[in-house]
Amino acid sequence: MQDLRVLDDAHAAAARKEVYRVTIILSILTIVELALGYSMVNMSEQSFSRHLIKGIILILMLAKAFYIVAYFMHLKHELRNMIMTIVLPLGLFIWFIIAFLADGNSFRELRNKYAPYDQESNIPVKQNQHNEQEKGTIELKKAVE
Amino acid sequence: MSTTTATATATTKWWSGGRSPFNVEYGKIMMWYFLMSDAFTFGALLISYGTTRFATQGWPDPNHVFNSFPGLGSGYPLLFVSLMTFILILSSVTMVLAVQAGQNMNKRAVVSNLIFTIIGGLAFLGCQAWEWTHLHHEGAWWGRNPFLNADGTQSTTNFTNFFFTITGFHGFHVFSGVVINIIMLIMTLNNTFEKRGHYLMIEKAGLYWHFVDLVWVFVFTCFYLV
Repeated sequence: MQDLRVLDDAHAAAARKEVYRVTIILSILTIVELALGYSMVNMSEQSFSRHLIKGIILILMLAKAFYIVAYFMHLKHELRNMIMTIVLPLGLFIWFIIAFLADGNSFRELRNKYAPYDQESNIPVKQNQHNEQEKGTIELKKAVE
Repeated sequence: MSTTTATATATTKWWSGGRSPFNVEYGKIMMWYFLMSDAFTFGALLISYGTTRFATQGWPDPNHVFNSFPGLGSGYPLLFVSLMTFILILSSVTMVLAVQAGQNMNKRAVVSNLIFTIIGGLAFLGCQAWEWTHLHHEGAWWGRNPFLNADGTQSTTNFTNFFFTITGFHGFHVFSGVVINIIMLIMTLNNTFEKRGHYLMIEKAGLYWHFVDLVWVFVFTCFYLV
């Protein structure tokens, strides 16, 4: 049976302090993510630094997820049994992500090799495209030249 | 006597009956399991998005697609979505404060923090409605994609289809979270939890609300940043 007793004041103050600390950590992580995202604005699509920044952003995303689940959802303060019943099944995602992304990548490579006429980059560009997008495209073409 | 107690606590038998091995109230465990199933649903959507993206030659640059701010016009990449992200984080913070106030049986603090959380949720939904309307005016919708790939080639409709489906599904979760929080607010104001002697219901609603914030962390990263 869970202990439903009312928390004492010291305990409550410590809990509130933890909330403020986690809020600050989450805000800083978000600001760093946004700054990294902003730094990619004029970077070429396939450059190594762009992939590196994307990787860093994904790691920061996992850190944010950890802080939300561990502290806001209070999972870190539960019993080990409880933590494991939630976390272990989610481990399936490691396999899901590796398997499905590899599958998508292999599908693209096979299509490029055996059915290059089917590439979507062969679709002619329609007129009256969105203006902002045209601007970005021109910038990129200039960068290539 | 003391030695027997010491050995008894050292080898607590969580699984031999007579106690809850999780030491969590039933409804909270069930909320966790529901959220786990929801995590798999969102995971399936996001992984299918990733798979399609890996199987596609080019993809639009989010910094060029999402660069408008109401009243400022376009040319501000990431600005509007950062506002949405901070609204959701802050509403999550007020939700934790409501849960903690409930643990202290502090009805006034529960009510005020729940109201802040509901306002945050509604503000997020308003932002999303504005963004969807804006994209729709630009010609984007399910099956229609006006944006070019980052390399200037014609893009497929995969981009808009996944964007509207996944942010729509997340927005639907935010909407249900706001409804749940309004019900919690009404129950608190009616002294339902005071009479019950505990605010465990707020903790379950809180878990759901944090999950909505958690999913946004992934959706936001996958669509707007990466």
